Amino acid sequence: MGEKHLPLWEVFLRSRRGLDHKHVGSLHAADAEQAMQAARDTYTRRQEGVSIWVVRSSDIHASQFEDEAAFFDPAGDKIYRHPTFYDVPDELKL
Amino acid sequence: MSPAHFEYVLRLGDNALIVGQRLSEWCGHSPFLEEDIAMANVALDHIGRARMLLTHAGALEGRGRDEDALAYAREEREFRNCLLCELPNGDYAFTLVRQYVLDVFHRLQFGALGASTDATLAAIAAKAVKESVYHVRRSAQWVLRFGDGTHESHARAQAALDEVWAYCDELFASDAIDTEMSAAGIAAELGTLERAWRAEVEAHFARAGLVLPRDEWRAAGGRSGLHTEHMGRLLAEMQAVPRAHPGLRW
Repeated sequence: MGEKHLPLWEVFLRSRRGLDHKHVGSLHAADAEQAMQAARDTYTRRQEGVSIWVVRSSDIHASQFEDEAAFFDPAGDKIYRHPTFYDVPDELKL
Repeated sequence: MSPAHFEYVLRLGDNALIVGQRLSEWCGHSPFLEEDIAMANVALDHIGRARMLLTHAGALEGRGRDEDALAYAREEREFRNCLLCELPNGDYAFTLVRQYVLDVFHRLQFGALGASTDATLAAIAAKAVKESVYHVRRSAQWVLRFGDGTHESHARAQAALDEVWAYCDELFASDAIDTEMSAAGIAAELGTLERAWRAEVEAHFARAGLVLPRDEWRAAGGRSGLHTEHMGRLLAEMQAVPRAHPGLRW
């Protein structure tokens, strides 16, 4: 294909028992239909999934590495956001 | 069991085996990675069918020949596939135009064979038709892409159709075996299949901007064992290992 590649797509699969689609990889395809077929042929050969999403990689907006401190570090000392912070009465069976 | 029954299932098995062998030649050579995997998947679907159909044919014949004996120990004249299946792959457009007409044919044929009075054949067909539904989706997409693509892809797809078209009649050529099997409720009636097939592929080729060639010449003979010059080389490659090491297990 030389230097001109087909657009990149990200593939998400929902497994038979899974509730949500999980990212499994990426592939090159000219359009959504070709991406869907390539995803089926590349990523579901061993019954890995029962539902496929394909998304143009360029449509994904990702957080940046330099944002890491501002985005994620402040949550580090806020344990009260975790349900385990609260005392649960013994009578309550969880 | 009638000899026609064996012969009928053998033809189905040989079509699957030979086009499966052809498609497998693309493994490692397709234009890009995703397509290489997809093409190998389709090839394996056909070889999987061939295994089931040839095993069934061997059982019908009742002379102890299994799938391997039928695939690897027969001579060229004993193969019953349509000529279309054995033609060299050519370029990618040729492979996919051929595949499209075969995929539609197989989807219709196995769809009808799901109601065969031969229960084993009906079960094989029920499995195969699901594969063919997907195969058509895939090859139809490529026919559109090539036909309605660039000048180069259009020219290649048109050249492919010009050649493929002459071999399509043989898919529907009915002889005494087909008549006997249809009457017994074992076979799918070829006239019905042909009408449905023509309507579908003609509409799709028109959508792709491809023009059907005028019906000038017709090639046939594969189903009676008279093959093209390409068949011998295909068999030589396919049969080389089992013939060099008969009965080898690994």
